[in-house]
Amino acid sequence: MTLNLWDCGGQDIFMENFLTNDESKGSSTSSNIFRKCEVLIHVFDVEGKEVQKDIETFKRVLANLRKYSPNVKIFILIHKMDLIQVNKRQELFDLMFNKLRSIALDEYGFNIKGFATSIWDESLYKAWSSIVCSLIPNISLYEQYLSKLNGILNAREIILFEKTTFLVISSTNEAVVNSKDLDPKRFEKISNIIKTYKQSVNKIRTNFSNLILHGKNSSIYLEVLTSNIYIMIILDEDAGNEVAIDYELDDENLVLEDIKIARELFERIETKGRLPSEVT
Amino acid sequence: MDYTDNSLDQSRATILLMGLRRSGKSSICKVVFHNVQPLDTLYLESTTKPTTENFQSLIDLAVVELPGQLNLFEPSLYDSEKLFSSIGALVYVIDSQDEYLSALQNLAVIIKYAVSIKPKIHIEVLIHKIDGLSEDFRLDTQRDIMQRVGDDLLDYGLEGVQISFYLTSIFDHSIYEAFSRIVQKLIYELPALENLLDLLMQYSSFDKVFLFDINSKIYVATDSSPVDIQTYEVCAEFIDVTIDLDGLYETKGGKGMRPTRCVSKLQNGVTLYLYQMIRGLALVGVSRLDDGEDATSMSVIDYNVAIFKRSLEKMWEKSKNLEQGNL
Repeated sequence: MTLNLWDCGGQDIFMENFLTNDESKGSSTSSNIFRKCEVLIHVFDVEGKEVQKDIETFKRVLANLRKYSPNVKIFILIHKMDLIQVNKRQELFDLMFNKLRSIALDEYGFNIKGFATSIWDESLYKAWSSIVCSLIPNISLYEQYLSKLNGILNAREIILFEKTTFLVISSTNEAVVNSKDLDPKRFEKISNIIKTYKQSVNKIRTNFSNLILHGKNSSIYLEVLTSNIYIMIILDEDAGNEVAIDYELDDENLVLEDIKIARELFERIETKGRLPSEVT
Repeated sequence: MDYTDNSLDQSRATILLMGLRRSGKSSICKVVFHNVQPLDTLYLESTTKPTTENFQSLIDLAVVELPGQLNLFEPSLYDSEKLFSSIGALVYVIDSQDEYLSALQNLAVIIKYAVSIKPKIHIEVLIHKIDGLSEDFRLDTQRDIMQRVGDDLLDYGLEGVQISFYLTSIFDHSIYEAFSRIVQKLIYELPALENLLDLLMQYSSFDKVFLFDINSKIYVATDSSPVDIQTYEVCAEFIDVTIDLDGLYETKGGKGMRPTRCVSKLQNGVTLYLYQMIRGLALVGVSRLDDGEDATSMSVIDYNVAIFKRSLEKMWEKSKNLEQGNL
């Protein structure tokens, strides 16, 4: 999948250019910009002074989108949340998002999704993860095979990550028995941790290919699955008291072998998922 | 005056942190031993009283911090003779972004006094806040400071005093590196430890092994090959990755009997290896394995590391017994 990311300048003069040109000329930037849009990501500065103007701009964008690409998916990022006190964040987000949602739904018939984000924590990963997931073809197929794999491995959790960004693509989240015990923000945190690790390994001019961790209560396997996907498997260590100190090498190899078999399967999904789009 | 009572305990190695005001002593303490983000130290209050903090690593470590504005020879505030006789290392922090001439004068006076009370004291000078200096300027500053300190000591008639200089900044790993070296000088068993690590390296295809304190990312020992700062950084960050990932899937009331072990292969053929040791320590190694014999060499490493851990336990017990025998 190739993502064409259009990062549009936000200065007034650019905005005017994007939004109004269509009335004067036939071939204008406005229709260029808004035609064949799959996703709109509209970022709001949570500290923005001119809220009314921001909303006005948002409305005009929505109007254009309804005209040129009515099937667009719309995401709102209420950004720079780190500047707000921790206990006020949720309240403020709800206030802003509900307002925007009612505008989008009532006046333009769009269903929108919103996230509170900041570049200083893992919230950005959560937002981008769901945005990218909404674009991946055959996402249900991945989920289906992931739960099949889980049936064999009996893992606590299996997660798929995109290789370069380490955004979560898919997981066995629903199947996890006691997921309440786990940190609800763990996916974003993992993305964040692994990305930091990647940067640190970059210092010795290389990249990592796998990681096997036998921790206090669980074993974590992070491996390349396909050319675009990493897989993370978390296994419970119930047998931990029997093999108290010495690690069973066979045990580790068993999991790695399973990943190898799964690799072929997922590679097939990936290429098959791509084929129809190449034909059209 | 509880800090002097603490330092009477000879088993604890004590580091005395001194320097002029605003030279960055408290920030160093917070960043190295309390895992505070470097940016958060910008708003620290100024320290007004001598403070003592204890840290458990391989040895029990105490860091005494004296406020910079204190006059050293004000006898009412603290018993400087008692204090100096109980410390193992004197760390003097110099702000390299400021005029440092008065700091150097202060340092010379302190050194003279410290040596007169305890001739074998380790004197360490941190040329601090070098993040604001350009690369070439750093070495110039260091040379200038070393020259001036040498001249000052010559004036006092103290040529023979050994002083180590470090260029440090809290915004990169240089402060950890410097503290690692300083703490290592206080560990009595260090030669034996290094010897053990050398042996371990020789028999298990490691390129480099560190014995890390997990909390502070100080390495208490390493093998005798030279330390390359990048390898150190990668190893220190590898600990973070391991601890953070493991923490996400920790279950309450889990047995947690096994030592943590983490292995990560890199694309250039290097393998990072972490194995939990006793007392909040972890062994982190960098190894270059040939592709064909992955599984066997990994088992050899596991076996050797387990032996190393047992020797470490024995060593720890021995030194503990020795202390108790002394008391």
